[in-house]
Order: sequence, then C-alpha cells, then structure tokens
Amino acid sequence: MTSLDEEQLLAFVDKMPAFRGSVQRLLVLAADLDADSREIVQVIETDPLMTVKILKVINSPFYGLAQKISSVQRAVVHLGINTIKNLALSVAAIGVLPSQNQAGFDTHAFLLHSLTSAALCKLLAERLNVSSMQSSDYFVAGLLHDFGKIVFAEFIPATYKQVLHAARAQEINLFQAELDLLGTDHSRAGKLLAQHWGLADELIEAIDHHHSEHRHTQLGDCLFAANQISKKLQFGFAGNPVVDELPPGTARVFGMNLEGLIADLGDLSPIKNEALAFID
Amino acid sequence: MKFKFWGVRGSIPTPGPNTVEYGGNTTCIEVKNASNDLLILDAGTGIFALAQTLGQAPVVAHILITHTHWDHIQGLPFFLPLLSAQNQIHLYGGMDPVTQQGIERALTVQLQYSYFPIIESQLKAEVHYHTLRPGEALQIGSTKITPTVLNHPVLNLGYRLDDSDGGSLFFTGDYEAPCNLYSADDPDYVSNQQFIEARLREVHAAMRGVDALIVDSSYTDAEYVKKAGWGHGTYGAALQLARQVQAKKLFLTHHEPTRSDRELEAIFRDVLAKAGPTDFEIALAREGVEHVLR
Repeated sequence: MTSLDEEQLLAFVDKMPAFRGSVQRLLVLAADLDADSREIVQVIETDPLMTVKILKVINSPFYGLAQKISSVQRAVVHLGINTIKNLALSVAAIGVLPSQNQAGFDTHAFLLHSLTSAALCKLLAERLNVSSMQSSDYFVAGLLHDFGKIVFAEFIPATYKQVLHAARAQEINLFQAELDLLGTDHSRAGKLLAQHWGLADELIEAIDHHHSEHRHTQLGDCLFAANQISKKLQFGFAGNPVVDELPPGTARVFGMNLEGLIADLGDLSPIKNEALAFID
Repeated sequence: MKFKFWGVRGSIPTPGPNTVEYGGNTTCIEVKNASNDLLILDAGTGIFALAQTLGQAPVVAHILITHTHWDHIQGLPFFLPLLSAQNQIHLYGGMDPVTQQGIERALTVQLQYSYFPIIESQLKAEVHYHTLRPGEALQIGSTKITPTVLNHPVLNLGYRLDDSDGGSLFFTGDYEAPCNLYSADDPDYVSNQQFIEARLREVHAAMRGVDALIVDSSYTDAEYVKKAGWGHGTYGAALQLARQVQAKKLFLTHHEPTRSDRELEAIFRDVLAKAGPTDFEIALAREGVEHVLR
C-alpha cells in the first residue's frame, strides 16, 4: 500500500465495532441461557466484523487446525458455541458502527450488498457442484470481499468521501477511483488485512482478485459473478456505480454471460428479502 | 508409567459420608513416568492432598491444565510447593481464544487480594508458564505429551501421554462430543455433519490405541437430554469412544456432585449390563487408586 500507514490501519481495524443490528441481536441472545445456538451462529455469520474476528482467532496457530477454516459454523464445531459467542461478544463490547459516517458511506446499503453477494456466491457454488462442506466458505468470501471499503470509510472518511464522489461523478469503477486518489484499492486493503489475520489462502486470493484480472478459480468465478449480480439487481449499494460483464473465462464456467446467468437463476428477490430481514 | 486419581468429582467438591468411596475432590491426576518426573493433570482440589505426599526434598512439578473452569484450577493456590524457593513448577495450558492470554492468567486471577491472602509476587518457587499449541508435542523426560482441542464451553485441551516404557494415556478433561445444531431438514445440516465427522476423525486419531482412556462421563443418557450443550459427556458416549479408538482400558470420571457412592455404583452396573462384552476394561475413576501401565 502506498499512501496508507499499514500499522495504523491494522490497529484501527482491530478496534472497529460491528453493525448495529447484529450487536443488538447478539446481546439479547447472549443474555438468554436458553438461546438457540443456531440464531447466535446466524448473527455472527451475517456480520462481517464478527465473522472476521472468529476467523482471525480460529486460524491462529494456537488452535491446532490441520487446515484453515473459512466458515463460522466450522469454527463452532472446533471451539464450541460458547467460546465463539464470547468472541463475538468481545466485538459487540466495542460498540456499534455509526449509521452515518463522515464519508457519506451508507453502511446499511453496504451490508445489504455484502450479504446478498454472500448468498449469491453460495448459490453459484451449488450450481457448480461445489461440496456442501466448502459452500459456507463461498458465503464468507461474498460477505468479506468488500471489507476494505468499510475500513476506508471509517479510517479515512474525508478522503473516502472524495473517492465515492469521483466514482459517482465519472461513472468509473470504485476501485479505479480508489487507485487514483488513494494509491491503493479496497481489494488490496482487504487482502492485506486477511493476510495479516492468517485467513485461508483461497479467501485471501478471492478478496484480492475480485476486481482485477483474477485467476480463474471456482471461488474467484463465483465471487466475481455474485458481486456483479448483486450490483446489477441493485441489492444494496457499496459505492460502485459500474457493473462489469463476466470475463470470458468466468462466462465459460457458467456457460452464459451475466444477463443470461441472472435470467437463468430465476427470481432472486428472496435473497434480498432474507438479507433485509437480518439487517432491519 | 503409572497414574493415580486424586480428584474425580466434577464441578464442586463433595465431601461427606456418601462420597467416601469414590472421593469428593475435584479433578486431579498424578502421573509418574519412566524417568520419574512428576506430571499432574489438572489442579482441582485433589492437588492439595497430592502435595502433602511430596515431602521436603526439592520438587519439580509439571502441571498440565485442560481448561480453566474452577473445578480444574481451584487447587492451584493450595499447591504448597509454590511457596518454597527450592521448587520448580511448570504450568502448561492453552491460549484462551477470548482473552488471548495463556495459563498464567489462571493463577493471576485467583491470587488477588480479595480472593486469596497470598499474591502472585509472593510465590517463592520458580514458576514457568508454557502456552501449548494443539497437535504440537511436548517432551517431559520420558514422556511425549500431545494436546488436542476438545469441545467444551471454554477452550479445553485433552492430553495424550506416550511414555518411553510403552505406556500411554489420554485424558479428555471436560468433553462433550460436538453435536449438530441443525435438524435434518435444515440446509446447513449436511455440511455441519461433515464438519463434525471430520473433527471426530482428528479427535479419535489423537486417542487411538491408548492403554488408559480417562473420559468425562458426567451423565446418564436420560440426564443428558436436559444437559446437552453443557460440555460434558455421557457413560454411553465414553463407551462408544473407547470402542472407536480401541482403548485398552476406559476410566469414567467427572462424577456428578449429586451422586452418592451407591448411586454411582448402581449406574455403573447398569452401564456394564448395557455395554455387554467389550474388548476393553471399564472402571469408575476412584480417588486414591493407582494404576500401572506396562
């Protein structure tokens, strides 16, 4: 990263709070001895900050994993629901992300884009016959792919406001505006953070390459398509006014272009409604 | 290698006439290996009586903590060798995922002015803290020790001990096999089942073929219905585990604090009857009894 202080960025993100809705729901569930563990898992799975905290801890060398874990449910199997719940509570204790930030970045719309990208990424994984054990990793990739944006919006709000404005005014890809004004972009910031936290290589690579000429992995293809579908159908908004066509390699994997894929997937409104149910 | 139970009770000490046979102290197991090192698994209240047997000679003790719930650390401040400068105490445990602190915290938290008359800086013994990583073996004298994460409401390490004399032992600490949170018609059921099976394969591999398998067996199947998720196992699950990992002898421990000796024996008779013939021996862990492996 050229123009941002990495050390400062990492320290900042470690203290970043989670989204208001998830913090509130988690606190209610945690106060109930008979709370349904599935609901607790769901709250964590639908909050990027809580998910990141769990993955960061579970993948540290202190917990003896044979391979990295990119799924909250799998982390629960490994460390138990009570420990996972308390990890999430330690995030909830930081506070809540303000709904209005100085960057003018709409966190509600951002979360909707992240959640629908996650659900779509998992849906596309199933379409490509990815094993059910892996498909929750695809959900996480969708949830976290734009993580760098919320970090920028909180970390450098005034500059990021200009970035968002430039992308909108010039109708250019947000990452392009980021590169122009920040000298880096949200996928690189996301990659840097994911690397620092020791997340799985596939997840790091998917976050890193979700805009640039990505290497064709199944996860990369699903994430690219999921992101474009979410934008095209205007399921939330994460600051990028441009919808890209599927690169030829990705279109080949799905056997059709973006428009064809959207048509073929049928009615996707339940994905948006389900995500909205979590957020509101 | 030989080992002796100094505490077999779960949750809280239960002194009194109804527990004299199996004992009322909370978890503590003493292990003597071929190189005559003193290893102690967990520091429940049983560790106090153990300490009385150590005599006046300098002590080097290796205390391995499975997890930091009270009944497994409560005896630590009363482990008297901590108070003498001639002694060396090594304390081993995992890195708590939530506090991101190692086993040193178990002593620090207990040795506070409000809760105990002695503060940490007054301990005269040389105390060394070791944060263990699951799957990474540690050598103490003739014994190789391998920790494994086992499901409980707090980070819990099961310990496998392999001695150069050929004897082997696995102690679960507190353990409940992970169960699927989702019902069979839930879309997350299948993947969760696969996560659990993959995890169980690793756990079973860590216990495979031990001479002594010491397992948290808190509940009967009937009791478990109301206690699922509390982090403890059942007699039935322990038996199944011993069968799966081909253990030579199974010890059932972490006896419920409400159980009298008579009740415990009645349950044990029932467990044996239900088990039918097995390839391994089954015993109730009993305070004060020593077992020799090889």
